[in-house]
Amino acid sequence: MLFWIIQRDLLLAIRRRSDVLTTLFFFVIVVSLFPLSVGPEMNLLRTMAPGIVWVAALLASMLSLGRLFSSDYLDGTLEQMLLSPQSLSILVLGKALAHWLVTGVPLVLMAPVLGIQYDLPADALFVLVMSLLLGTPVLSLIGAIGAALTLGLRGGGVLVSLLVLPLYIPVLIFGAGAVEANMAGVSYDAHLSLLGAFLLVSLVLAPWAIAASLRVSME
Amino acid sequence: MAINWYKYASPASFYALAGKMIPFFTVLAIGLLATGLYIGFFVAPTDFQQGEAYRIIFIHVPAAWMSMFLYVIMACWAGIGLAFNTRLSSMMATAIAPTGAMFTFLALWTGSLWGKPMWGTWWVWDARLTSELILLFLYIGFMSLQAAIDDPRRADKAGAIIALVGVINIPIIYFSVQWWNTLHQGASVSVTQAPTMASIMLTGMMVMVFASWMYSIAVILKRVRSIILERERHTVWVAELRRKGAL
Amino acid sequence: MLQGINLACVRGDRRLFKAVNFTLEAGGLMQVHGPNGSGKTSLLRILCGLSSPALGEINWCGASIRDLKGEYFSNLTYIGHLSGTKDDLTVLENLRISSALAGEHVSEIQARDALMRMGLNGREFLPAKVLSQGQRRRVALARLLVCKTKLWILDEPLAALDVMAVQLIQELLERHLAEKGLVVMTTHQAIDVAAISTVHLRLT
Repeated sequence: MLFWIIQRDLLLAIRRRSDVLTTLFFFVIVVSLFPLSVGPEMNLLRTMAPGIVWVAALLASMLSLGRLFSSDYLDGTLEQMLLSPQSLSILVLGKALAHWLVTGVPLVLMAPVLGIQYDLPADALFVLVMSLLLGTPVLSLIGAIGAALTLGLRGGGVLVSLLVLPLYIPVLIFGAGAVEANMAGVSYDAHLSLLGAFLLVSLVLAPWAIAASLRVSME
Repeated sequence: MAINWYKYASPASFYALAGKMIPFFTVLAIGLLATGLYIGFFVAPTDFQQGEAYRIIFIHVPAAWMSMFLYVIMACWAGIGLAFNTRLSSMMATAIAPTGAMFTFLALWTGSLWGKPMWGTWWVWDARLTSELILLFLYIGFMSLQAAIDDPRRADKAGAIIALVGVINIPIIYFSVQWWNTLHQGASVSVTQAPTMASIMLTGMMVMVFASWMYSIAVILKRVRSIILERERHTVWVAELRRKGAL
Repeated sequence: MLQGINLACVRGDRRLFKAVNFTLEAGGLMQVHGPNGSGKTSLLRILCGLSSPALGEINWCGASIRDLKGEYFSNLTYIGHLSGTKDDLTVLENLRISSALAGEHVSEIQARDALMRMGLNGREFLPAKVLSQGQRRRVALARLLVCKTKLWILDEPLAALDVMAVQLIQELLERHLAEKGLVVMTTHQAIDVAAISTVHLRLT
């Protein structure tokens, strides 16, 4: 069931490739705006790079949340999902994972290229990719709660950012922190372990909250 | 003594009960507030390190405590409302949020006022202030979600879920911010870290804490009464109140 | 088998209906009548378990549907106003995916057979976005042919369908009822479905 729903969402994403690319280009553009706003001073940019890439990843992931449930909601598929004999938590877990594969993974793959723009050393690039790899699924899982709660509401897009951005803060701190620690020459193991812990906790708890939110929103 | 708790779980009887309780808590709040402020500003001695500026703790510390307590209490009520489908609990949660947000804002404001003479700037990315700021965001998220939903049943339940998610996250956010702050060597002086607090200072602060509790209870009960009236405006008992001229 | 006890529904400030009672046995058909805005769709959504009634209880085989949850859903096919067809998927994919969602894995041959019976042959590989309203409806209703559920809850199944399709649905309903299935439906069109027992529920 889990793989099946992931497969379906991936199929839909392939049929609408442009949506995936929009999120990716948003990420690239936001990251590229910073040198233009703070000046091309390389030392300054190098210290800011982890934070900038992470904030941009946060925003890109959040902006794509609108698509997670809204099309299924509008065409009635979501109703059918709620009436499925299968567990709704598993179903939404599949949808959140598909969302990560479609939006999170491209960000992870693009991040090293953007890191080079900021002159990050090779091992810092590696840590950046690792931290994004562990952190972006958490963003999709937590974000899905917000997307489910704001389903069909006026101004849902802005509202979702108010709801989920504060909850993203720990991921941001440890994600960007891991890269900074590496650049400062200290161990980043603790950061990555904590990101891994967040991932495990959200894998267990978030599907349940997403399912409850969908039931509330569909009443 | 057997009290029929279920009786007070119905909005109609709670409305009447709350009406009787509000004057009591209001008087207590005013009395305690006057005593607390008097102790804080006239009786308590001047701090030899921080001078007169430290006196802000008589407002700042109770406000910061209340902001956190109220979030947890709000999440509890919201959770009870979600689990047992009791309308009154959800109304309590909705009523608590603005007061909690007000205390959070007060804590931030007084923190910043204290920061100017102490640190020389209005704002420092100190762990406590930053956590308090994030708490304010959580309150705002809860209130805007409820405001965006027209159907009160959905608003109650959606609010409950976001409040519970928030309450699970608060400790995580708090410790992440703490970690982040120590890594970046932020300010080490904190508002609540007075090395040895004179007992009269402690007394003044505790009186202010009780005053804040009483104020919160009075205001929240008042707000719950308005919410009850709004939600139940088509019921017989509200029509009855209106007929008697009690509204 | 399906029983509604003292159901009431409130939307915002308005009470849509109250004290709705009915019992539907195997092979029974219930038609819900009422003007626009009388709460027909709300009632059907409550019967599905999508929303909960302000008051009252719904029982399936003697147990509350609130306790049965997934077990009840595996007996139920609901086709609402929204057809649940995805614009970007082909007609065939739509049918197979929506059936799989309902827990019924349908082979390609079965699915093509069902689509042919719904008069959609030759359109299996078209994306659903090029279909007309009535054709989308047919895709949604094709699920009734492949899913072996006992209880069908249909909200305006005949909307946007032509005479041929209405005839087809009527036969389909009669066969389901003859096989001891249950049907709850709303419709504005007059339809004459033969059933062992027919309940007419009027909402005002």
